[in-house]
Amino acid sequence: MTSVPSQLEYTAAHEWIRRLPDGVVEMGITDHAQHALGDLVFVELPEIGRVLEAGEACAVVESVKSASDVYAPVSGEVIARNTALEQTPETINQDPYHAGWMLRVRLAPGAAAAAVLSAAEYQTLLDTEGG
Amino acid sequence: MQSREPTIFECSVPGRGATDQWPQAEPAALADLPQRFRRKQPAMLPAASELDVVRHYTRLSQRNFSIDTHFYPLGSCTMKYNPKACNQYAMLPEFLSRHPLAPASHGQGLLACLYELQEILKSVTGMTGVCLNPMAGAQGEFAGVSMIRAYHEARGDHARVEIVVPEAAHGTNPATATMCGCTVREIPVDAAGDVDLAALRAAVGPRTAGIMLTNPSTLGVFERHIVEIERIVHGAGGLLYYDGANLNAILGKVRPGDMRFDVIHMNLHKTFSTPHGGGGPGAGAVGVNERLAPFLPVPIVGKDGGRYRWLDERDLPQTIGNLSAFMGNTGVLLRAYVYIRMLGGEGMRRVAEHATLNANYLFARLKALGLDAAYPDRRASHEFLITLKRQAREYEVSAMDVAKRLLDFGFHAPTTYFPLMVPECLLIEPTETESKATLDAFVAAIGRILTEIVGDRERVKNAPHGLPVRRLDDVRAAKQLDLTWPGTPAADSVAG
Repeated sequence: MTSVPSQLEYTAAHEWIRRLPDGVVEMGITDHAQHALGDLVFVELPEIGRVLEAGEACAVVESVKSASDVYAPVSGEVIARNTALEQTPETINQDPYHAGWMLRVRLAPGAAAAAVLSAAEYQTLLDTEGG
Repeated sequence: MQSREPTIFECSVPGRGATDQWPQAEPAALADLPQRFRRKQPAMLPAASELDVVRHYTRLSQRNFSIDTHFYPLGSCTMKYNPKACNQYAMLPEFLSRHPLAPASHGQGLLACLYELQEILKSVTGMTGVCLNPMAGAQGEFAGVSMIRAYHEARGDHARVEIVVPEAAHGTNPATATMCGCTVREIPVDAAGDVDLAALRAAVGPRTAGIMLTNPSTLGVFERHIVEIERIVHGAGGLLYYDGANLNAILGKVRPGDMRFDVIHMNLHKTFSTPHGGGGPGAGAVGVNERLAPFLPVPIVGKDGGRYRWLDERDLPQTIGNLSAFMGNTGVLLRAYVYIRMLGGEGMRRVAEHATLNANYLFARLKALGLDAAYPDRRASHEFLITLKRQAREYEVSAMDVAKRLLDFGFHAPTTYFPLMVPECLLIEPTETESKATLDAFVAAIGRILTEIVGDRERVKNAPHGLPVRRLDDVRAAKQLDLTWPGTPAADSVAG
């Protein structure tokens, strides 16, 4: 059973977001996503200062099986990135929701998160996909 | 279980090098070589007798999984038997010894073969122009999308820089589009494996350069909306690119030109008989319709009266240029030519028929064992997708576990985890050259593995058991790639 913490929000593309103070969100990929990808061997993160548009491919995670794009769940500017992942991508496998965070993004003024799901809705999505 | 074969360095015995071949004194030619460029220590080469070397490499070759030794149902790769005659004729000394810069007048035989190959490929695919130059499938794709771009540029339509790619595409398709300076618009496929037409309609417009499509797709099904897809993409001003990866399934039956594709690449090494799977050599010939013919790469073999000659930039001023130093991988082209001449038109139709029949037979038998099809309502084309999602959930065994266990039964594993959108999948392509007896033996092995999954799960999870190496550490191999051998006895002995 994959873990879906109730205090986070999710996207259908299997990213999670955590709302921090001052209009900042933290994001990463879900436990389901890391499990489906398998052991990660490479993570590519966007530069600090890059302005993301919700839905845009903003990072790459590569496992022994495949390489996948990670999509920005919100529009905004990258203000921090977890560069430790570049040396130890397996952190995402071990702790996807905390030590495995990928980016912090300052929301663009007036930007709502794109099609974000609650934990319950995301759990329903996983059950439907049968993953 | 086979024992581990030592590396050639471990076979090394000090002093077994062929000392007769060593220079006796410093050659005069070396006198000018500055000291700082000279080796401080002898090269670290193994020293072994000729017989030891022959036995070592023969033993290694016997441990290989290959078409000549094993059933190799690696989906999307078309690992069929390559008749030895194709290789034999391609290796004739008259072909092998020809210098690539020899004048065309001295190579009319070779040029005639290549010209005929161009003509046959045009007729098999329904295209009007063919260039044999690209040296692999990926380079064929690069040529194709470069021609699409050149076409739009020549019309002054500079906004067309988007390539639409369905999510089931080969990974090379988006990579090619990116290499050609385009951006990728990915569109989903529907629950039956066909392109989502609503998403396609929403994706195309004045920025659309074209769509890259494989048909039958990597899901192992024929794209039933192809007529509608053609109308939508051409209607929006884009062109249609046919990825020829799965051409084997439709040879002599359906022609990409009749599906109104503008450009196609063919993996000649896959469909037309060159041993492949080790990274080459390949040949990615491209075919085009009238619209793209002026942009074909060069050289192409032309025919003036009864004489053959190379067509170059003077003949095709709008060409996208050369993609290889000379004519491409001529050896692969010759193998394809011999293969095609041996089959003839009737033989090519039977390739498609038997590839499809073998796939559907295997598909039906595996479903009867209780395996789940990823697209249960569809008939297989030349390959099909099984998903082990249910087994993964109920027994915690993965597609990789099953693939590894198959090795113990003497079968090369099918393609695993591709396409990415289907969880725990096996993509199985038996090809037309396998007998029913071989397919039945494969079914029996899968049946045994399914029994083990329920009754003896660890046997599957820890496979393979009978091979010289067990599970490799994929993660460490990807992260700490180290291809050097630390120190050799031979080097030590020479140094001493």
